[in-house]
Amino acid sequence: MDWGHVLRLIAPEQVLSLAGLALLLVAAWGGDKASRLITWAAVAMLAVSAVLVVPALCSGAEGADTLLFYGQLRVDAFAAYAKLLIYAAAGASLLVAPAFFDQAKAMRAEYPVLVLFATLGMGIMVSATDLISLYIGLEMNSLAAYVLAAFLRTDERSAEAGLKYFVLGALASGILLFGMSLVYGFAGTTSFDGIHAATTSGMNAGMIVAVTFVLAGLAFKISAVPFHMWTPDVYEGAPTPVTLFFASAPKVAAMALTMRVALDAFGAQVHVWQQIVIFAALASIIVGALGAIGQSNIKRLLAYSSINNVGFILIGLAAATPAGAAAMLTYLAIYVAMTVAGFVAVLMLKDENGDPVEAIADLAGLSRERRVLALCIAAVMFSLAGIPPLFGFWGKFVVFQAAVQAGLIPLAAIGIAASVIGAFYYLKVVKVMYFDEPVGKAWGKSDWVHQALLLIATLAISPLGYLATKCLASYADKAAAALFHLV
Amino acid sequence: MNGFPILSAMMLVPLLGAVVCLFASASSARKIALAATLVDFALGLVLWSQYRIGGDQWQFRESVALFQGFSWKLGIDGIALLLIELSVFLMPICIGASWKSVEKRVGEYMAAFLLMEMLIIGVFTAQDLFLFYIFFEAGLIPMYLIIGVWGGANRIYASYKFFLYTLLGSVLMLIAMLWMANDAGTTDIPTLMAYDFDPAAQKWLWLAFFASFAVKMPMWPVHTWLPDAHVQAPTAGSVLLAGVLLKMGGYGFIRFSLPMFPEASAQFAWLIFVLSMVAVIYTSLVALVQSDMKKLIAYSSVAHMAIVTVGLFAFNRQGLEGSMIVMLSHGFVSGALFLCVGIIYDRLHTREISRYGGLSINMPRYALFFMLFTMASVGLPGTSGFVGELLSLMGVYQVSSWVAAISGTGVILGAAYMLYLYRRVAFGDQKNADAAAMPDLDAREIAMVVALAIPVLWMGVYPESFLAPMRSDIAALEARVARAKPAGDARFLAGKPTIQTHAEHEGAE
Repeated sequence: MDWGHVLRLIAPEQVLSLAGLALLLVAAWGGDKASRLITWAAVAMLAVSAVLVVPALCSGAEGADTLLFYGQLRVDAFAAYAKLLIYAAAGASLLVAPAFFDQAKAMRAEYPVLVLFATLGMGIMVSATDLISLYIGLEMNSLAAYVLAAFLRTDERSAEAGLKYFVLGALASGILLFGMSLVYGFAGTTSFDGIHAATTSGMNAGMIVAVTFVLAGLAFKISAVPFHMWTPDVYEGAPTPVTLFFASAPKVAAMALTMRVALDAFGAQVHVWQQIVIFAALASIIVGALGAIGQSNIKRLLAYSSINNVGFILIGLAAATPAGAAAMLTYLAIYVAMTVAGFVAVLMLKDENGDPVEAIADLAGLSRERRVLALCIAAVMFSLAGIPPLFGFWGKFVVFQAAVQAGLIPLAAIGIAASVIGAFYYLKVVKVMYFDEPVGKAWGKSDWVHQALLLIATLAISPLGYLATKCLASYADKAAAALFHLV
Repeated sequence: MNGFPILSAMMLVPLLGAVVCLFASASSARKIALAATLVDFALGLVLWSQYRIGGDQWQFRESVALFQGFSWKLGIDGIALLLIELSVFLMPICIGASWKSVEKRVGEYMAAFLLMEMLIIGVFTAQDLFLFYIFFEAGLIPMYLIIGVWGGANRIYASYKFFLYTLLGSVLMLIAMLWMANDAGTTDIPTLMAYDFDPAAQKWLWLAFFASFAVKMPMWPVHTWLPDAHVQAPTAGSVLLAGVLLKMGGYGFIRFSLPMFPEASAQFAWLIFVLSMVAVIYTSLVALVQSDMKKLIAYSSVAHMAIVTVGLFAFNRQGLEGSMIVMLSHGFVSGALFLCVGIIYDRLHTREISRYGGLSINMPRYALFFMLFTMASVGLPGTSGFVGELLSLMGVYQVSSWVAAISGTGVILGAAYMLYLYRRVAFGDQKNADAAAMPDLDAREIAMVVALAIPVLWMGVYPESFLAPMRSDIAALEARVARAKPAGDARFLAGKPTIQTHAEHEGAE
């Protein structure tokens, strides 16, 4: 093994781990006074990592050259694409944090460090081509995430969210580990290529059980129905910057991981898991939409919305084609932009004391007090509902196109019809902001970082986004081709 | 005009206007909106004058491969040209109608209308399947806001109903479009119009498109969003809905259902006929008992649209041309009728018919124009309504005399409810003092109703101006659907003359 080559390939991970360790020391010596500095330094390091990742995506890296550590990791274009999204989402959740935690007098220097370590874990997740490295990445991300959920230690809801996330996350990890052990038992190997080779001639009943357990464990991580119950509680309880993080980066990582497991490791027997994925997709779309209708808290609403979106992304997986994978990746990119815009907007909803406003009913008349903010939230809502010309439509369009091309027309028809249910609650938010009479609430000033991020993310999901479809599609195609080892 | 992207320009002008209006003060927003719509109307006139009748089927073509999977491809034929003219003509009137009556959030209101205009032009000009879908669906957002923010008391219910009904109809069409693009390997509408889909698949595709267009049209029994949306929308919103948005459904049938799925269209023609016949009779009767003026006109719209659908599925030239003329005529006439309602609503703030009466005494000019539009709606010869309804019914008579007879009762019932409305509002005693004190039309209102009266009379007296641009396109469509044309039950054929030479001979014996 050429170590120079290896070190070059894992340069982003080295940057993140060294930066994390160094910043931890700075945090230990500098204390919380240095937290803003550390945050900016962490964002800079994420940017450096992103720059290091770009060449692999642009060149469409794939094949034997990308395998590392005797088949533990695969640093291909697919991993690069997912990492870029993860870094962007992590960067956004770092940028919005200081203004939020300063208000609660709870800004601590550990926050950016934890986000960096979680991001490092996610980088390993999306590159993993072995069950062992998969698990290491997953736990590295999860352990950091449990702490982040409970970051507002004095807030009961935050502590509850952390505990809930930890207990259910541990359960999910247990299920996943159990499935992995079965896979190892029946396939005799933990490497994805090995599992693929061992199952080309068929899967026995034990292996099918193993696949089911592995997918169930992963479904927890992507919060697909029926393993979604923790999502609304954790999203509501966790501090909003952390919720922004949970809803974006780990979703991308877990989804990318699921794609690699399903399409690579179990890719020889698509029909075994296709029904599971179809069920999870439709159930997520419908439960996500129905569950959201009764919500009065905007963070819970967005949590259900993310369950709903996961359902749409899984339709691309059910197609099990390169076009389906490319569609999922496209959707993920748009999803990250919508999530960032949505939660940054939630962060900006503050009363005159700077306390967060989370009840949807309190948004009444927002369109008259804060016109730009209301316009941005409306854009996010219509985009999440998938109404053209907003860019959220494009995500749905490509996954349904992939499903139709794969012949899954009933799935596409049911899925898209169910999206109308979702439109109902997105409309509710717009209705409250635009149609209801103002309740005479005074709105607080927003941080400039929040405003800038919201503006950028909203522009990305505006109709202008369609101008980027060609570029987005070419990268998503490269990443999907790498996933399928196509030349 | 070679090379100048006039269609894109017509979409860009209202879009820019919308963005500026969003940040402008109330009075300047009104002026900007009026200026933008007038510029668009001027461009529309240029478009009409430059359109070469008998030239290429698709003119003013533009194509830029901007997006992945679909492209910015525009172009119009005669059918689209007329509908665009209708839209750009009605838009300044919509702005004028809301000049005084809209006082809150004027900038956003004008922006929504301008956005709507841009999207409508997009629908009629798009030559790419998915570009069409994007414009078609995008109209939901501004319309939802127009009804919800500036509507009447029950506006929220109406806005939800409008949005969800039309969305559910459209998403199924999207799946059908994805299938078609996958099967035919292209998203180019002119190519798809000549592509022969497997008749077995056509059935499903037709139904998916029908789900969308029937809701937009609207056809019975999915018409129930229309009266709610109309009644709750502000006057200009109603003009826009009735005048232009309803035409999207008919345009969809002409552009997609008929040429792309001729076999399925023939197969389902009876479904259309039955639904339309029910609509003509049922909604006319419902209109007869309405006490709310706007609701009455809304139901009359459903009845008129039913005449459009029977004409479309007659599979012959008269039917198709008649449907187009009914659509154009209905655009002007129902727009004008909603405007007439809006004019007295602005004075008395009620749409209850019984609150008015004897308006011909204190508002003679108003009564005159209201009479003209009432007669046009009834289909009096000399007005636009007559030409369209006559052609449509002539067309469908060749397919089925029963359908023609039953649809024809729509004209009689139409006369009943419209004249009854007119009698109660304009004639009789001045029962209510406040209604009797209303002033007659002012200059702004006269300008609007006169502008609408001109095309109504023009189309009634000399319809050739409107028939000529679309003649070759209708002929092409007729040729395309000819292979699936159903046999009629009432075709008159000139009998062969028999020579009666034997009679005399026999009589002599």
